[in-house]
Amino acid sequence: MASTTKDAYYIPHKAQWPIFGSIGLSTLLAGFANYLNGHGFGSTMMIVGLGILVTMLFGWFGTVINESENGIFNHQVDISFRWGMMWFIFSEVMFFAAFFGALYYTRVLSESWLAGDSSFSYGSTKELLWQGFTAVWPNNGPGHVGGLEDGTFHPMGAWGLPALNTLILLSSGATVTWAHWGLLAENRAQLIKGLIATVILGFSFVLLQATEYHEAYSEMGLTLGTGIYGSTFFMLTGFHGLHVTIGAIFLTVVLFRSIRGHFTAKHHFAFEAAAWYWHFVDVVWLGLFIFVYWL
Amino acid sequence: MSVTTHDDTHAHDHHDHGPAKGFMRWVTTTNHKDIGTLYLITGLIMFFVGGAMALVIRAELFEPGLQYVDPHFFNQMTTLHALIMVFGAVMPAFAGLANWMIPMMIGAPDMALPRMNNWSFWLLPFSFVMLASTLFMDGGAAAAGWTLYPPLVLQTGHALPFTVFTVHLLGMSSIMAAINIIVTVFNMRAPGMTMMKLPLFVWTWVITAFLLIAVMPVFAGAVTMLLTDKFFGTSFFNAAGGGDPVLYQHLFWFFGHPEVYILILPSFGIISSIIPTFSRKPLFGYSSMVYATASIGLLSFIVWAHHQYTVGMPLAGELYFTYATMLIAVPTGVKVFNWLATMWKGAMTFETPMLYAIAFVVLFTMGGFTGLMMSISPADLQYHDTYFIVAHFHYVLVPGAVFALFAATYYWLPKWTGHMYDERLGKLHFWLTTISVNICFFPQHFVGLAGMPRRIPDYAVQFAEFNAMSSVGAFVFGFSQLIFAYVIYKAIQGGEKASSEVWEGAEAHGLEWHLPSPPPYHSWTEAPAQALISDLH
Ligand code: HEM
Ligand SMILES: [Cu+2]
Repeated sequence: MASTTKDAYYIPHKAQWPIFGSIGLSTLLAGFANYLNGHGFGSTMMIVGLGILVTMLFGWFGTVINESENGIFNHQVDISFRWGMMWFIFSEVMFFAAFFGALYYTRVLSESWLAGDSSFSYGSTKELLWQGFTAVWPNNGPGHVGGLEDGTFHPMGAWGLPALNTLILLSSGATVTWAHWGLLAENRAQLIKGLIATVILGFSFVLLQATEYHEAYSEMGLTLGTGIYGSTFFMLTGFHGLHVTIGAIFLTVVLFRSIRGHFTAKHHFAFEAAAWYWHFVDVVWLGLFIFVYWL
Repeated sequence: MSVTTHDDTHAHDHHDHGPAKGFMRWVTTTNHKDIGTLYLITGLIMFFVGGAMALVIRAELFEPGLQYVDPHFFNQMTTLHALIMVFGAVMPAFAGLANWMIPMMIGAPDMALPRMNNWSFWLLPFSFVMLASTLFMDGGAAAAGWTLYPPLVLQTGHALPFTVFTVHLLGMSSIMAAINIIVTVFNMRAPGMTMMKLPLFVWTWVITAFLLIAVMPVFAGAVTMLLTDKFFGTSFFNAAGGGDPVLYQHLFWFFGHPEVYILILPSFGIISSIIPTFSRKPLFGYSSMVYATASIGLLSFIVWAHHQYTVGMPLAGELYFTYATMLIAVPTGVKVFNWLATMWKGAMTFETPMLYAIAFVVLFTMGGFTGLMMSISPADLQYHDTYFIVAHFHYVLVPGAVFALFAATYYWLPKWTGHMYDERLGKLHFWLTTISVNICFFPQHFVGLAGMPRRIPDYAVQFAEFNAMSSVGAFVFGFSQLIFAYVIYKAIQGGEKASSEVWEGAEAHGLEWHLPSPPPYHSWTEAPAQALISDLH
């Protein structure tokens, strides 16, 4: 029952930021679409839209952080945030599921049909269209789309940079947990050190990933356009890399807030949200490492 | 503090936050009723926009031959009509109902995440402007059907990236709305409002929200692949590069089949609220309704390829998807029988919401039966891509989802506005709508079975009579909806004052009937009394 304001569930009023978000996001997307259609002004629109969007993010999160630090959120609000974050992460999982699904479908099913697998009742594709195609993964299709001059390419092995990156991400999962223990034990130095380590590991991952991409593009004939292998490889690892970047930025914000003295052992939703997000990114990477790089 | 048992005391709780003034009230609002109203009005406007496009289609199909529009424009109309009806009319209208009703039904002051609630609405107008603008671009709007199948859709002109980004924006909006609804129901229920006390409308929306969060990202992923195939050289749907256009169909229908349940589950909830009220009986088989809804939700994830029987799947796939699809008829049947049993020996009256609810039960069930026919893969080889399909999904969507929305509007309009609507006009709207919807869609079964293909602006002369009938029905239906808009307008303007209960005995069916009509700006600032909750049935 609402007896004092602090007990009451906080309902904000007059939210200006969402409309900024809508304007920014649609300007960004409309700009991108115009850019893709070959209109020069598209890129300007994109920059303007991005600027509005970033302003919105600063403004919106800033407001919520202030409210949180002023003790406006009771326990029930905290739980709403937690549920909200969990379902948001679930939606992200499903987004990746679409791309993993595409990888599964092509590798397990449609490749062999294309190569004339007789267990498929209409298996005449090969005879009619793609004679001589055998399904060996990785490939860039019977038309040898993309790749080097002769249509071949080098697939990305698992045991060089990718293995190192696996190690980096797994360690960052450990450091963020160590930081959490620090927070729970009211040991702020440990919290900050743990977060610094995590952020450094996170951005190193992104850097190494960029190196890997550079090598793929410049030497291996492996690009986004290298048939189905290049498509699935770059879309999966690319969206993952984007999520690592977002997660690392999120952790950086949490780090700065920790330095400023935000969060207590009992009240630190933002920290946990960042940590959950980080673990999610970690798990996706394991899937990538196994199914994209290794097997 | 004492708990509000009488309506009037409640209105005084709010000295501080009334609504802001002017246009900015609506832009910056975080109030669940304001946002609900915005959603509902948007849904109604888009219903007329999508409806106008449908009338363009039906005008062209009134006679064989090409009369009014060129084939490419015809295809743009079918594509945009469907996208607008699904994402612009029906989904926002259900989200509007969820916003208005869920906090009132579970004894909460508002939705759990009010700012995000604002954003999920305010993405919509931008998305619809973006989608509508594609009509005026080089090459016109997308014309490959709402399913956006490659390779055809990749021939779209400048509209393609805009269409893809519209889907992204709409997806974000739906996901945020869904997260908000789940969090609200999990975390904002009044003490004593256990999950198995929730009105079915709340239950069906929770499951719908789960479906939305699970499948909208998959659709977003699929259209992203369209975008990269077109502009960035990927080969997801290009066999030469080792991809497969059928992959798109799997991704689309992994989203698409749950999507059709996203359009119908909240309707089930509405009908399950209305039939008990006007039968003056508790809902028959409450818990079986909950479990049936949950099983429909789960099954909806494993039947998607019944939309692809003709595309060339392995035999095992055809068999599996046939049997799995048929299973859905079981929980659906449970629901239909429960509604009938609720009415059985009830003291029924037939106000407009009840008329729509009964029509829903009869006509939706017909759509379900044609669905069963099509679930048999060898039979579907005949039905697929004919007007029979069009008849099927319009029976489940129009006298299904849209009738549920009409029923809900008449049922709760007095609560929202504080005024009774005009019952005479309501009944007129009902009879015109129900008769015309059948004139429009019933003949389509016959032409479909005889082989008339869908998404084609011309047809063989032997289909002329049935198509003419269909078009007449469509136009009567379309213009009858002006009555609906007028009834709503009139109730907002004034009319007989509604009591807080509105319908005789409604108080036992939901907490919303314990709040005044219209309810205060914030719904339950104090949790409702335990007695109110334990008396619900
Ligand atoms: C008993 C339950 C149902 C069954 C067994 C069923 C079965 C089917 C099947 C097999 C198809 C594909 C036919 C074809 O393209 O050859 C189909 C199409 C369709 N169904 Fe259903 N359905 C059921 C309920 C629903 C409901 C509740 C809705 C929506 C409210 C719905 C909406 C649609 C739509 C929109 C399509 C056509 C999609 C397109 O190709 O554009 N169905 N249904
Ligand atoms: Cu389906």
